Amino acid sequence: MAAEKTSGSPTPDHATLAEKFNKDEPRVDWHDETLWFIRKKRDKAAWQIPEWEQLRELASQIKNNVLSNLHSYLLEFEKNARDNGVHIHWASNAEEHNKIVYEIIHSAGIKHVVKSKSMLTEECQLNEYLHSKGIDVIDTDLGERIVQLAGEPPSHIVLPCIHWKKEEIGDLFSLHLGTPEGNNDPQFLTTAARLHLRQHFMTSRLAITGVNFAVAETGEVVVCTNEGNADLGVQLADVHIACMGIEKIIPKRKHLGIFLRLLARSATGQPITTYSSHFRRPREGQVMHIVLVDNGRSDRLASADFRNALKCIRCGACMNTCPVYRRSGGHSYHYAIAGPIGAILAPGLDMKKHADLPFASTLCGSCSHVCPVKIDIHDQLYKWRQVLTQNDHAGPMKKASMQGMAKVLSTPSLYASAGSVFRWLLDNLPFIINNRLNPWYRQREMPEPPAKSFNKWYSENRKKNE
Amino acid sequence: MRVAIFIPCYVDQFYPQVGIATLELLEKYGVTVSYPENQTCCGQPMANAGFEHLAEPCNDLFIKNFSGYDYIVSPSGSCVLHIKDHLHSTSHESDSIKIRQNIFELTEFLTDILKVENVPSKFYHKVGLHQSCHGQRGLRLSQMTELIAPGFSKPEHLLRMVEGLELIQLDRKDECCGFGGTFSVSEEAVAVKMGKDRVADHIQYGAEYITASDMSCLMHLEGILKRQRSSTKVIHIAEILNQGK
Repeated sequence: MAAEKTSGSPTPDHATLAEKFNKDEPRVDWHDETLWFIRKKRDKAAWQIPEWEQLRELASQIKNNVLSNLHSYLLEFEKNARDNGVHIHWASNAEEHNKIVYEIIHSAGIKHVVKSKSMLTEECQLNEYLHSKGIDVIDTDLGERIVQLAGEPPSHIVLPCIHWKKEEIGDLFSLHLGTPEGNNDPQFLTTAARLHLRQHFMTSRLAITGVNFAVAETGEVVVCTNEGNADLGVQLADVHIACMGIEKIIPKRKHLGIFLRLLARSATGQPITTYSSHFRRPREGQVMHIVLVDNGRSDRLASADFRNALKCIRCGACMNTCPVYRRSGGHSYHYAIAGPIGAILAPGLDMKKHADLPFASTLCGSCSHVCPVKIDIHDQLYKWRQVLTQNDHAGPMKKASMQGMAKVLSTPSLYASAGSVFRWLLDNLPFIINNRLNPWYRQREMPEPPAKSFNKWYSENRKKNE
Repeated sequence: MRVAIFIPCYVDQFYPQVGIATLELLEKYGVTVSYPENQTCCGQPMANAGFEHLAEPCNDLFIKNFSGYDYIVSPSGSCVLHIKDHLHSTSHESDSIKIRQNIFELTEFLTDILKVENVPSKFYHKVGLHQSCHGQRGLRLSQMTELIAPGFSKPEHLLRMVEGLELIQLDRKDECCGFGGTFSVSEEAVAVKMGKDRVADHIQYGAEYITASDMSCLMHLEGILKRQRSSTKVIHIAEILNQGK
């Protein structure tokens, strides 16, 4: 278990942020439908692969193998990457990662960098760090650039601006990129973004990318994008920095086929991402760095209950399928990675700050079954709840009520009288229960109290016959 | 065959007719049913809220009540799943293992153990089947849409044998209703929105009744239907299967 770290200023919890999101019901409907559409696309794509479930099992087993042998795979990767002429850096946490990246940028005398999508750099809050050091970072993934212009974090790991409507993007572009007011045509806006980003690609001497897969056997990294922005950035830059979590390793290049088939289908229902770019060695005159980041992953690896969350390939399928995520929005999770996977990753980094997230679920289990690498997400949510409570993150009210409930439910006589008192109250003094303080009653009626419990009925009608 | 029924706490207190239907239905199929009278709860309310460690006395009581039976049958997939996954005891673990193996959700027991091929029930209504998640994904009462695998559904198999019953289609046939235990109050906004969306899916296809193998989902959906003054009602699957006695 990761040691608990100190938290920053208190953020409203998931329930509060979700309630705010739900103030605009038509927007919730739109958000839900948009993501459900992607879930359906995923289903359609997966059904075209008869061996889909075998692929999931294979991917899961390969990842299990990686996690069990991570040490040797990392060393193998490091050696092969160095032999390819790549500079390798190791960072034990986010702060070290950010410093390493800054040092590379600074020593090259560079002020403007382009960055393709990387959830690791979001996790480490690299943009904020570099900004504080006077470095301009331009996110080149279109969705990420949109949220960056808006001054927001991404709300989804694959679809960062899925919560934005095209009309709002038109307004945003009009403000920041000078597009004509009221022009919301997606084709037009994309072209405007393209021209805007192209200037940055052409003038940036340094490109940062994330890593989807790092192949131990060859020392190469693979980056998947739909826009080709990772390639364009790297090919035009003198310096390439690839940032990766240490769990991104796969043993051999032949394993890539399994993951690439699963990744895009799970993420968006595409057969494959438009660009699957392999970066093996720097081109002539270019410098290439890879930063390998731990940031709590080793602690996670040591935990039998939570280690397999490290199998995640960041496809976002668990978010698209999650009925809670779809109706609460990515920002309600107040962490770089939202949704069910974020809710099991975040408490590992800061238990106190993210103590609410494992409770932002009905434990319906849909997430675990769309997951292409078979992470037992909903079981981990349940286990995190136990860990959080044991570590005193439950709150005194909840603790007291649970202790009371446990007492009543383990004492048949108390249970019978509590039940009849409650039914009597509902029947005779409903205002004691049906009021604004009862969150059940705000938008739902209470069940109608029957005259007697089943237990009572049984003793009156059946017991004599026995 | 020694069979005991487990009537979950909220069914006992608020929906005794579901307990009665379960008992009568099993008896119709010739099962002699015992009802251990000191039973209360499976312990899930504490455990899902993160207080599994407080559930031990509740677990011990459960083991005391239900040891020694060949089968334990309950009209709730969620409670059954909780027992199967989480019933443990420091002093009576061998008994708890037996209970975990022998406990069945009602439709699962009817289909897999009694191998019911005839349901002598009449219910001339349009019915929507809500797939309760724990029964469906946890106990595999029905195939889930997430998996690329052949379809099946034990509750649907039984409902299709009921005379006059018209099962409606749904746009989202296995989306969660949003109940989720304490989630239904701690995340009230999302829980209610999920419930409203579920209800709307059933209503758009003309459901007169929404049924399920879990009364907890139906309690939540019923609360929403009643607030909307809808004419659509909820009914537990045991009540449908036990119609026309």
